[in-house]
Amino acid sequence: MSLMHAITTPAGAALLRLALGVLLACSLGVAVAAPYSVRDDLRREVRFDAPPRRIVSLLPSMTEAVCALQACDRLVGTDRYSNWPAQVASLPKTGGLDDAHIEMIAGLQPDLVLLARSARVQDRLHQLGIRTFAVETNTYAGIAPSIQRLAEVLGVPEQAAALNQRLQDEVDAIAREAATRRGGRPAPMVYFEVDPGGVAAGEESFIGEMLSRLGTRNIAPAGLGPFPRLNPEFVVQHNPDVIFASPQQAPLLARRPGWDRVRAVREQRVCSFEPSVRDTIVRPGPRVAEGMRALAGCLDKVAP
Amino acid sequence: MARPAASPVRVPVLGVSHRHDPALWWTLGGLALMLAGVLLGLLVGTTDWATSWQWLCQPGDPQAQLVLWEIRLPRTLGAWCTGALLALAGTIAQGLFRNPLADPYLLGSASGAAFGVAVVLVGAETSIAALAWSGRIGLTGAAFAGACGAIALTLVLARGALQTSTLLLSGVVVAFVLSALTSLLLLVSADAWRTMQAFLLGNTGLLGWPTTGLLALVLGGCLLPALWLARGLDALTLGEDTARSLGLSLNGMRLVFLGLLSLATGAAVAQVGVVGFVGLAAPHLVRQTAAMDHRRLMWCATLCGGALLQVADLLSRWLVRPAELPVGVLTACLGGSYLLVLMWRRREVG
Repeated sequence: MSLMHAITTPAGAALLRLALGVLLACSLGVAVAAPYSVRDDLRREVRFDAPPRRIVSLLPSMTEAVCALQACDRLVGTDRYSNWPAQVASLPKTGGLDDAHIEMIAGLQPDLVLLARSARVQDRLHQLGIRTFAVETNTYAGIAPSIQRLAEVLGVPEQAAALNQRLQDEVDAIAREAATRRGGRPAPMVYFEVDPGGVAAGEESFIGEMLSRLGTRNIAPAGLGPFPRLNPEFVVQHNPDVIFASPQQAPLLARRPGWDRVRAVREQRVCSFEPSVRDTIVRPGPRVAEGMRALAGCLDKVAP
Repeated sequence: MARPAASPVRVPVLGVSHRHDPALWWTLGGLALMLAGVLLGLLVGTTDWATSWQWLCQPGDPQAQLVLWEIRLPRTLGAWCTGALLALAGTIAQGLFRNPLADPYLLGSASGAAFGVAVVLVGAETSIAALAWSGRIGLTGAAFAGACGAIALTLVLARGALQTSTLLLSGVVVAFVLSALTSLLLLVSADAWRTMQAFLLGNTGLLGWPTTGLLALVLGGCLLPALWLARGLDALTLGEDTARSLGLSLNGMRLVFLGLLSLATGAAVAQVGVVGFVGLAAPHLVRQTAAMDHRRLMWCATLCGGALLQVADLLSRWLVRPAELPVGVLTACLGGSYLLVLMWRRREVG
């Protein structure tokens, strides 16, 4: 087979491109990365020829994770809710997970879009030939594997181990400190209100897990699901010692029928957080320890 | 799309004159609007006019190729098809129920579609097996099945399509019950609720070539038989007894029209979500200009509905550029204000 012939066949051309690429990479002193694939939460093997360089994140927790893995400069756009770290504020905002602006995303020419499992936008991006990676983190235990997989996608797996270890150590330390400070006092009953309609963060939820680690008992037991909608009467009956509510709702709790007899309301043991702190509590991402510290700090102040 | 063979039939009661056929003007105007809409649809987006124009004039740039021909064009045409489908369904519903306030969602199709979507969303969250299963059907398939299933259920509960009032009533019941069941499912999951809201608002942003092609096929498949059978609706305007005495098989005709209605609504809702008011307003808008028989009304309303949603889609991309508004919000505002004007004008006339 002549050289010309080898080049004109597809396989030959691919080989030649590869050879040239290797040559180029070596001459530039860049380590040549072999193609790799990472399995996402839709159970797809997503293939990468090289670590992605232009990333759009449609999940605030993943935006934070990309930056925590020192790859913030690879983000070219985020969803409208991503607000940490400060430098992502200036990036183009491509809408939300459910109303993502397709044209804007395509215009950013990303080589990867990070999104959640249920996002409808995934099909459309796939049609347009834009690679997506789905991440779904609903539990505390899920944070470390999500960060690990993201780091593999970014081509920096070693960063994840360090980050996860640090998070684990911090969370453990906060839990230990909380236990020491509480001493022998009985575990307080807590109610975490996610929205004023009575949606609670149950024991199964990511927030509930952190509260349990802080030595509290949740009035919404695991059997009710992660975010059950509770009857207000249920809250009164279980008489929580501490209530977590939004700053808007906190002063109004006593006005709800019968709630003035709830211990947390009667003794003003109510925690509410400003939005920036709340973000660290509700996002299952690399700021989990920060969120847990905020919870622990308030419990320390108000819990009986 | 060529204008179907105009029917030479004149309906004397409605006083359609042949010399100044308003349908002809609607056809010309509708097609002109569509072409203008397509051109604007290629130009309006995240980039400024100059860039869009340059892209249009110099094909070959891969980014222009992607944005203009793979995103903007299918989206514009898909929005047109969706509007046309909803308007056709609205005209059928208004003719079938002899009620100018009837809309395509009357028989529970929107609630059915929402229920289908909720089942898939919540199911996908609860188990991995359900996730794999839902991935195959997709939200679109679920919405379509839900919409058609709801209409079928309405028919079953009404024991056929014989009585208009029974049919309407059971449609209301099905819509209420399915909405309640949807809310019940969504209580379980906060995430599903969010996706659901986005679906209920309607969104043309996800339309691509495959979906637009499908919508166009469904539009053709619904419009042709509907135009073919439209004279039955004319007879129905004279009253059920008269229609029967003219030798029409009312039940059969109703069933065919209900089938077309559910197919058109189901396809539109499944691809774009619950877009309100187009189905209600388009036939009104046409009737406002001239009295015409149902065949002409259907054809003109279809063109009008297409143009309406196309305009709404253009506005949704243009108003808050480079971001977007959900198209359902715009149709609600546009259609709602139009109906108000209509109401006020009527009151003034007395």
